[in-house]
Amino acid sequence: MNVIEARGLRKEFTVRAKAGRFRRTSSVVSAVDGVDLAVERGELLGYLGPNGAGKSTTLKMMTGVLHPTAGDLTVCGYAPVPQRRRLAARIGVVFGQRSGLQWDLPLRDSFTLLRHVHRVPAGEHAAALRRCTDLLDLGSFMDTPVRQLSLGQRMRGELTAALLHSPEVLFLDEPTIGLDVLSKQAVRQFLAELGARGDTTVVLTTHDLADIERLCRRIVVIDHGRVVHDGTLTQLHERYGSQRRVTADFAVPVVPGDVSGLPGVTLESAEAARLVFALDSTAEVGDLIARLVTWGTLRDLSIAEPEIEDVISRLYLSPATSIMS
Amino acid sequence: MVDRIRPYLALIATQVRGQASYRTSFFFDLAGNVFFLGADLLALLVMLRTSGSLGGFDRAQVLVVFGLSQVAFALADLAVGNIERLRTYVRSGTLDTVLVRPLGVLGQLLAMDVGTRRLGRLVYSAGILAYALRLAHVHWTPAKALLVVVAPVAGAVFFASIFVATATVAFWWIESGELGNIVTYGGRDFTGYPVSVFGGWFRRLFAYALGMGFVAYYPALALLGVRDPLGLPGWVGWAAPAAAPVAALVAGLVWRTGIRHYRSTGS
Ligand SMILES: Nc1ncnc2c1ncn2[C@@H]1O[C@H](COP(=O)(O)OP(=O)(O)O)[C@@H](O)[C@H]1O
Ligand SMILES: [Mg+2]
Repeated sequence: MNVIEARGLRKEFTVRAKAGRFRRTSSVVSAVDGVDLAVERGELLGYLGPNGAGKSTTLKMMTGVLHPTAGDLTVCGYAPVPQRRRLAARIGVVFGQRSGLQWDLPLRDSFTLLRHVHRVPAGEHAAALRRCTDLLDLGSFMDTPVRQLSLGQRMRGELTAALLHSPEVLFLDEPTIGLDVLSKQAVRQFLAELGARGDTTVVLTTHDLADIERLCRRIVVIDHGRVVHDGTLTQLHERYGSQRRVTADFAVPVVPGDVSGLPGVTLESAEAARLVFALDSTAEVGDLIARLVTWGTLRDLSIAEPEIEDVISRLYLSPATSIMS
Repeated sequence: MVDRIRPYLALIATQVRGQASYRTSFFFDLAGNVFFLGADLLALLVMLRTSGSLGGFDRAQVLVVFGLSQVAFALADLAVGNIERLRTYVRSGTLDTVLVRPLGVLGQLLAMDVGTRRLGRLVYSAGILAYALRLAHVHWTPAKALLVVVAPVAGAVFFASIFVATATVAFWWIESGELGNIVTYGGRDFTGYPVSVFGGWFRRLFAYALGMGFVAYYPALALLGVRDPLGLPGWVGWAAPAAAPVAALVAGLVWRTGIRHYRSTGS
């Protein structure tokens, strides 16, 4: 059975704006515009898209915060809004921009409160808390008021808070936004381990591609409220013609020869002794190397796999988003 | 039952501890509340001094109406007064985090913000009521003893309904602050005076259509054993607390509709 199933999921917002002194205009924004999605138990799904694509809105519908305008949606077998409370017992949620912790109290107190809120037996709660404390290294700031925590420390606290009742599905909306490099790494490491255990389904929204590359086998890319890709990273590369890069360093400066005979190969740059080629999925690296050695003595050669940034930016270059205003 | 309310009790305990970290503001709020309450009372006394009576009632009787209204309001304010912060929660997105907990939304919001600092106002109001009842020489019967407890509680439910219903407007209209205040505090001030002071459509609308006459005025008539100069029969005073569940029902409907229209905020 799928843990999450969405069919034709839509959310429209009516936005009213002042137009002149007394007039008001209202327009309809389709934040989510017909999303179909099925997520199996134990998957770690990356939900990717530029700002305003509709990621947060999708998550809010899945967590019972927002009522869908149209479409079918079940999470853990529940209809999120009508069965909000029952669903809430089985999911964990972290909204990167909002805090679920008690601002004025030591971090520990938020966790104690959550034990009562979710009615978790004391023993189970203690075990879960110990595990998170170890993995996320909370020990040193457990007794610090939340308002005094750094963003990274707070986010580690939020993750723990979302997991103490052992949810089946964990929803994370931009969990690494604004974090320093070390905290980002700690969060990713933690999520990787959680994903590896395989008993928690994780849906992660982000616009940080490094999150996805590191963590998620399956990537759903959303743009203007629509799913534009659903598959693995490799499939994404294939579909959007992402390119490997071959950098060749010669012993002495060379004049690059002709590569028109090599399908899928283009010369990107030539600087003295260094030549850089872009290769799409039809190109043969071997043929290129065979040609290179006829131009001079090769000192070094490196092949870089496609950069996910390139792929995504290609995706995002749809006409509507590339217009500068 | 205890099991069902334990999470809310935990929320209350947590937030009281959080509040205690701001001792000075706790004190100033308390002082401020008593000051404003005193100002209300003073205005009433000045009015009574010049005319000796109000709407056909003498000083002690007017004070009984005032006291009942004040106690009812103070109780409601203590329990749900902070619901007006709903607007802040909607605007800041805090409501999102409330919605992902396996608890009722209204219960959580109330528990997250119990106004312990408004305790002073309740004590003060109860003092005024007790003093007014003595001054008015009420002839006590068991039924009246019951009414003097039930009426303020029912009145509190009535005010609580107004608080909740007006705060709910925030779901559609985030900048709804002033409207809520006018209805809430206007309602409190209206109920503090004998209804007979007001006239015409104003009285019909507020006292009867909106039911505010049943909060303090009619129960006070029953306690004082006085006939209604406006001509309603004597049992109305005893039945007046029944207005509270009606108000609560309406507020509940408004609240449910509001929650369904919650649209969060873009982040
Ligand atoms: N509460 C809201 N009211 C009006 N418009 C909204 C609201 N929430 C989101 N939007 C709009 O919907 C679109 C999608 O927003 P969002 O889901 O937050 O995108 P993302 O999380 O991918 O950045 C944006 O155009 C945003 O302005
Ligand atoms: Mg977002």
